[in-house]
Amino acid sequence: MLDNFPLWPERASTMAGNVDALYIFLLIVSGLMTLLIFIAVVYFAARYRYRRGVPAEQIEGSIPLELTWSIIPFFVFMAIFLWGAVVFFRGRTPPRDSTEVYVVAKQWMWKLEHAEGQREINELHVPVGRDVKLIMTSQDVIHSFYVPAFRMKQDVLPGRYTMAWFRATKPGTYHLFCAEYCGTQHSGMVGSIVVMGPAQYEAWMSGGSTGPLSATGEKVFSELGCATCHRSDSQGRGPNLQGVFGKPVQLEDGRTVTADENYVRECILDPGAKRVKGFQPIMPTFQGLVSEEQVNALVAYVKSLSNSSAAGANSNAAMALPAAPDKAPAKAATQGSQVQ
Amino acid sequence: MSMATATAPPVERVNYLNKEYGVASWLFTTDHKRIALLYLLSITFFFFIGGFFALLIRLELLTPASDLVQADTYNKLFTMHGMVMVFFFLIPSIPAVLGNFLVPLMIGAKDLAFPRVNLMSWYLYIIGGIMMLHCMLTGGVDTGWTFYTPFSTAYTNTKIVEAGLAIFVVGFSSILTGLNFIVTIHRMRAPGMTWSRLPLFIWAHYATSIIQILGTPVVAITIILVAAERTLHLGIFDPKLGGDPLLFQHLFWFYSHPAVYIMILPSMGVVTEIFACFSRKRIFGYSFVAFSSIAIAVFGFLVWAHHMFVAGISVYAALVFSLLSYAVAVPSAVKVFNWTATLYKGSIHYDAPMLYAFGFLGLFTIGGLTGLFLAALGIDVHVTDTYFVVAHFHYIMVGGAVMGYLGGMHFWWPKISGRLYPEGWARLAALIVFIGFNLTFFPQFLLGYMGMPRRYADYSHMPEFQILNVFSTAGATVLGIGYLLPMIYFLWSMRYGKPASDNPWNAAGLEWKTTSPPPTFNFDEEPVVTWEAYNYAELDAPQKDKDKQEVPVAR
Repeated sequence: MLDNFPLWPERASTMAGNVDALYIFLLIVSGLMTLLIFIAVVYFAARYRYRRGVPAEQIEGSIPLELTWSIIPFFVFMAIFLWGAVVFFRGRTPPRDSTEVYVVAKQWMWKLEHAEGQREINELHVPVGRDVKLIMTSQDVIHSFYVPAFRMKQDVLPGRYTMAWFRATKPGTYHLFCAEYCGTQHSGMVGSIVVMGPAQYEAWMSGGSTGPLSATGEKVFSELGCATCHRSDSQGRGPNLQGVFGKPVQLEDGRTVTADENYVRECILDPGAKRVKGFQPIMPTFQGLVSEEQVNALVAYVKSLSNSSAAGANSNAAMALPAAPDKAPAKAATQGSQVQ
Repeated sequence: MSMATATAPPVERVNYLNKEYGVASWLFTTDHKRIALLYLLSITFFFFIGGFFALLIRLELLTPASDLVQADTYNKLFTMHGMVMVFFFLIPSIPAVLGNFLVPLMIGAKDLAFPRVNLMSWYLYIIGGIMMLHCMLTGGVDTGWTFYTPFSTAYTNTKIVEAGLAIFVVGFSSILTGLNFIVTIHRMRAPGMTWSRLPLFIWAHYATSIIQILGTPVVAITIILVAAERTLHLGIFDPKLGGDPLLFQHLFWFYSHPAVYIMILPSMGVVTEIFACFSRKRIFGYSFVAFSSIAIAVFGFLVWAHHMFVAGISVYAALVFSLLSYAVAVPSAVKVFNWTATLYKGSIHYDAPMLYAFGFLGLFTIGGLTGLFLAALGIDVHVTDTYFVVAHFHYIMVGGAVMGYLGGMHFWWPKISGRLYPEGWARLAALIVFIGFNLTFFPQFLLGYMGMPRRYADYSHMPEFQILNVFSTAGATVLGIGYLLPMIYFLWSMRYGKPASDNPWNAAGLEWKTTSPPPTFNFDEEPVVTWEAYNYAELDAPQKDKDKQEVPVAR
């Protein structure tokens, strides 16, 4: 019903209903509060307007009343808080086994790369009914990935990954906005999300790929010589990366961190910051030597070493690789040099 | 003084306005009332500059394409609109004009504790203002008033350092005003003026001063860090240099969220006085209204990261800040309920100040309640950085703070100028401002939920947003007229207005027990307070010669 209301944004993700429900609840609660106050003010103002010879009745105050109108709103507020927090947590916890898309924002465009290898600019094609996880970073300033129809927004920062996810529920084309002011063409940093039915999506996916991102990453990995130290037989001077991703890692300084996307990223760009226990600080930084796209590819590759399904994709990639042996990393490299 | 008697009509008393004439007598004055008027002139000047930027912004948004001005110009317009309105109008507005004028009068003091520091604060304001004007005239800034890094430190080529220094300087004027108020309120109350007899306007200014003193240095430090990174390339905020861009947002909002309370608390103080006077009643729940001001000032420091729910902070941090944001909503709600209850069984007059106070109540309620939406994490994800936020903070900072400011200007105008403003025009202006305001900003809530991001010069990709923008621009025109009217008739009344009696509203409060306008040292003899605040029962008690009621005099 509300989908046809012209003052309402389209509702095209699983989150949209949750957010709208809370919004409607808040509209009702705040509408009632407003009405209560307005009616009281208007009634008092009319009923007790100045009349000659009728003095105001002095009332000191009332502690029971003060407590009532402190405590009742407090509990109403807490209810809103809890509901808001629940919706937020759901929106912030990416489900396992989502389709992954790497997002690189720059002034003033969105560069999107599917884990399967398709690259897009300012347009993202996604399947309906599948969880899509966005792993996002920025090449320059802060941007924000905002899709009103999905009720989803996440700032995209330089120097780290931020994550977001959604599951589209309705095929169609939806606005993608940059919501954090990012300079001259901020309002031009817009694009669209194209949600497709499964069959069309398969058709779309079958074209234009240069092989999975993890395969690109494997190529970068060997080109940069990472494999000389990060050997798969645990005899290398660097940690063996097989099965590391997603697991806790013991650090030299005694801390334990989870090897997530941000950790892998940090290890590439600032290897000394969180060194793995038992290894020497011999790894050089790759800051400035690799593009954001190459970092993404490396992260996807490291991830594929731990993830059975992705590893499968990787072996597919190994088969697919001879078809286009040099293209992908070369492309990533040129794109990197363009933007730097 | 001899000059005054020569030029003024023979019956006119010597007061702070006619005691001395000439530019020097104003520029070197240490009289808090004259400094208040200096501030009044300066902030009005900046209000119209900021308003002019707002007008251009609204005109640009009339059509989706970026046709009136280029994107770069538009970005500078909203940046300078924000900086001018926040730092050069809203923050000084009520404290530096009405607070400066009234704090000593209300507590029965001859002046502020540090009159020369008070004058210095105005000079700092002017120096900061000239720097800002110079910055705007020679290119301006395009980062938004929020200066987010690393855009501001590494990517924009506009005048960040100069604008930052202007704000740095004007920040000290704000600190000095706060410092002066705190010392004055502690040390200079007249005999008998106990804390529980203070007008709630004073409590509100006391709470505001705490924020000014504790918060403003943080933004000053932040500006220095931005300037250091920009000029010396120290790695503080830019990740390419090893910094953290979120650190900037934490520091910036640590001041800039409480700054909202610097704007709204004094306004709350103003309408509290107005509600009491025009209902002829003691304020309902005096101590709850007083302590809610302090509670807002304290809790206000603990909620800054609710501006950053989608900025990349952890979900647990977001949870804590959401919770605390609801905590700060409670004292605000308490105030609204107490004002409403004050009307109950009152004897209500509808003079222009009261109309502004009613307007404040309505707009602040809507602004406050939409704050509940933004503090709800799940909704904030959708509406933050959209026009929903723009509408929300304008309801608080313009609907609330400016309504209160105008209400206060009308209420105390007879005391400030010694003249009455034209009541009919003033009521009309209050109505126009209220209607124009709602027409301008209510559509922006709808735009925000539809998903229109803020700070967009061009929305030709989403023409569906145009109709609401047209409403908003139309409303802004009405609002502009509403703001021009008081300036015109206040100026008119200074010459042609009827002379005001000492207490034209028959209001409680020491400021009404001296002449209009007051003498330079406020009271001919030091007053002694023997009555509770808001003693409207005594003032309205049937007695023939109440106009002759004398101020008790210290022995």
